[in-house]
Amino acid sequence: MRNIWIIAKRELAGYFATPLALVFIVIFLALTGAFTFYLGRFFDNGQADLEAFFRFHPWLYLILIPAVAMRLWAEERKSGTIELLMTLPVTTTQAVLGKFLAAWAFCGIALALTFPVWVTVNVLGEPDNGVIVAGYVGSFLMAGAFMSIGACMSAMTKNQVIAFIISATVCFLFTMSGLELVLNFFQAWAPALIVDTVASLSFLVRFDAVMRGVIDLRDVLFFVSLIAFFLFTNVIVVEVKKSA
Amino acid sequence: MSDMIVLENLTKRFGDLTAVDAVSMAVRRGEVLGFLGPNGAGKSTTMKMVCGYLTPTSGTARVQGHDVVTEPMAVKAAIGYLPEGAPTYGDMRVSSFLRFIAQIRGFNGAEIGRRVDRVREMAALDEVFDRPVETLSKGFKRRVGLAQAILHDPEVLIMDEPTDGLDPNQKHQVRSLIQDMAHNKAIVISTHILEEVEAICTRAVVIAHGKLLADGTPEQLLSRDARHNAVVVKLPAAQSKDIVAGLAALDQVAGVDALGDAVNGTVAFRARPKAGASIVLPVGDFLRSNNVTPEEMYVERGHMDEVFRAITQGSGSEAPHA
Repeated sequence: MRNIWIIAKRELAGYFATPLALVFIVIFLALTGAFTFYLGRFFDNGQADLEAFFRFHPWLYLILIPAVAMRLWAEERKSGTIELLMTLPVTTTQAVLGKFLAAWAFCGIALALTFPVWVTVNVLGEPDNGVIVAGYVGSFLMAGAFMSIGACMSAMTKNQVIAFIISATVCFLFTMSGLELVLNFFQAWAPALIVDTVASLSFLVRFDAVMRGVIDLRDVLFFVSLIAFFLFTNVIVVEVKKSA
Repeated sequence: MSDMIVLENLTKRFGDLTAVDAVSMAVRRGEVLGFLGPNGAGKSTTMKMVCGYLTPTSGTARVQGHDVVTEPMAVKAAIGYLPEGAPTYGDMRVSSFLRFIAQIRGFNGAEIGRRVDRVREMAALDEVFDRPVETLSKGFKRRVGLAQAILHDPEVLIMDEPTDGLDPNQKHQVRSLIQDMAHNKAIVISTHILEEVEAICTRAVVIAHGKLLADGTPEQLLSRDARHNAVVVKLPAAQSKDIVAGLAALDQVAGVDALGDAVNGTVAFRARPKAGASIVLPVGDFLRSNNVTPEEMYVERGHMDEVFRAITQGSGSEAPHA
C-alpha cells in the first residue's frame, strides 16, 4: 500500500510540475462548458438536470484520457526511467496501481472542477441532486475504464503517439460497441450470444443508464471489472517485456 | 559471507541472439570489479539481470544470498544501481527526486532528511539541489543518479558506465567517490575507459559475445601484453649495433626491436622479456658491464587497450607468449 501511495504521489506531482495539468484541466472545462451550453442546449431544455452536461463525457474522454494515459509507461520506457523504477524495491503490481491511481485521481480533480455547473443548476432550479451524484460517480468510473485501457496500451510501446492512437481506437470501440455501426458488423455472421456480449460492452449504453440516475450494481461492476482486467493485462505486459 | 554477488550460468537470449552466455563469477566485499567489453558484449544485459530489471533465460544471480529469480524484492532492496545514462525523472527537482527514492527505499520521517542530506553532501549536489533535474548538466545528472544509487548505503553497488560522457574533472570526482566507498562494499562498474580500470578497480573481467574471457587483477591483465615489463633503452647510435646483439642474446630476453630511426645521435630500443620474466636488472647489468650509459631507460607496464583488443578479438599481441 505504502509503495502504491508513494508512486501515485510522485506521478500526480509530475502532472502539476509540467503544463500538462493546466492545459488538460482548462481544455476539459472549456469543452464541457461549450458542449453543455451549445451542443447540449442546457438553457433551452428548460430542465433542472445535468443530462446535457454528462451526455458528452464519453466523447470528451475518448480524446482527452488517452492523451493523459499515453505517457504513463511509454515515457518511462523512452527516457529509461523504467529501468530505475523497476530496479527499486517495488513490485510491478504496485507500480501499475500507483500510476493508474494517480492518473485517475487527476481525472477526478478535473471532473470535480466542473462543480460550477452543479452550482448553476441548483441556483436556476431544483434538480434531483441524487441523479447528479450518480452521474458524477458514473462519469468517474467511466474515466477509470478509459484510463486503464490507455495505461495498458501505453505499456506496450515507447512511442507515445502510437500509445495514444491505439488506446483512442480501443476506447472508441468500447464506446461504440452498442451502436448499429459496430453491431451490424457482428450481426452478419456471429451468433446472437456474441452480438449481445459485444453490445453489453458498450460504455455509451452503460453510461446512459447511470447518467439518468439509475446506478445499477451491474453497471458499476462492469466498469470496475473492466478496470481490473486492463490493469491486470498492464501488469502482464510489463512483466513480459522484462523477460522478452 | 564474503561472496556478495554470485552469478551462476547466467544466460539471456533475445530470440536467436545469445546476449549473455552462461556467465559464472563471484564478487567479494571490498572488491571494485571493472566489467569490460566491447559495445554489445553483454555487459549491460548482465547488470540488468543482476538488478532484477531483466529476467534471465536460464541460470541465476544471488546478491547477499538472495536469488534474483525467486526473491527479486530482497535483491532490489539490497542493491544500489545506476542504470546506463543515469536516467532520472526530469521534471522533478533534485531534492524531491531524492526524497522519493528515500521513501520508496522504506525510510520514514526525519531519517528521509538525514539520508538525503548525506548523499547531497557525498555527491556535492548543494548548488543544484532545488533545480529540476532536466535543467542540469550531464555531470550533475550523473551525480544525481549516483546519489540515488547510494542513498540507502547499499553493500552492493552496480554502476553501468558511471563516468561515460563526463569531463576529466567530473570523472575524477566520481572515481574518488567510488574509491571512498570501496572498502566495505562490493562494487561493479562497467566501462570502456581502460585507464579507469587501472585507476580504481581491484579486479577486471572481460566479456565479449556474452562470454567471460578473462578475469584477474588489472596487473594480471596487463601482464598478458607482450610489452609488459619490456625495457626501453635509448642508446648512442654509434654503439647500438653491438649492444642490441648482446641484449638479444640475454637469457630472459625474447627479442629486441628498434623504435624508429636515430634522433640526435641516439636510437631507442625495446627489449621484450620472455613470458613472466623481469629483465630490467639483467639489462642494466649488461649495459654497465659494457660501459654504456643509456640516455634513458624505463620499464613498460603494457597497455590495457592492447590486452583488451587481444582478448576481445582473439588475436594480436598475445602471440609471443604462446
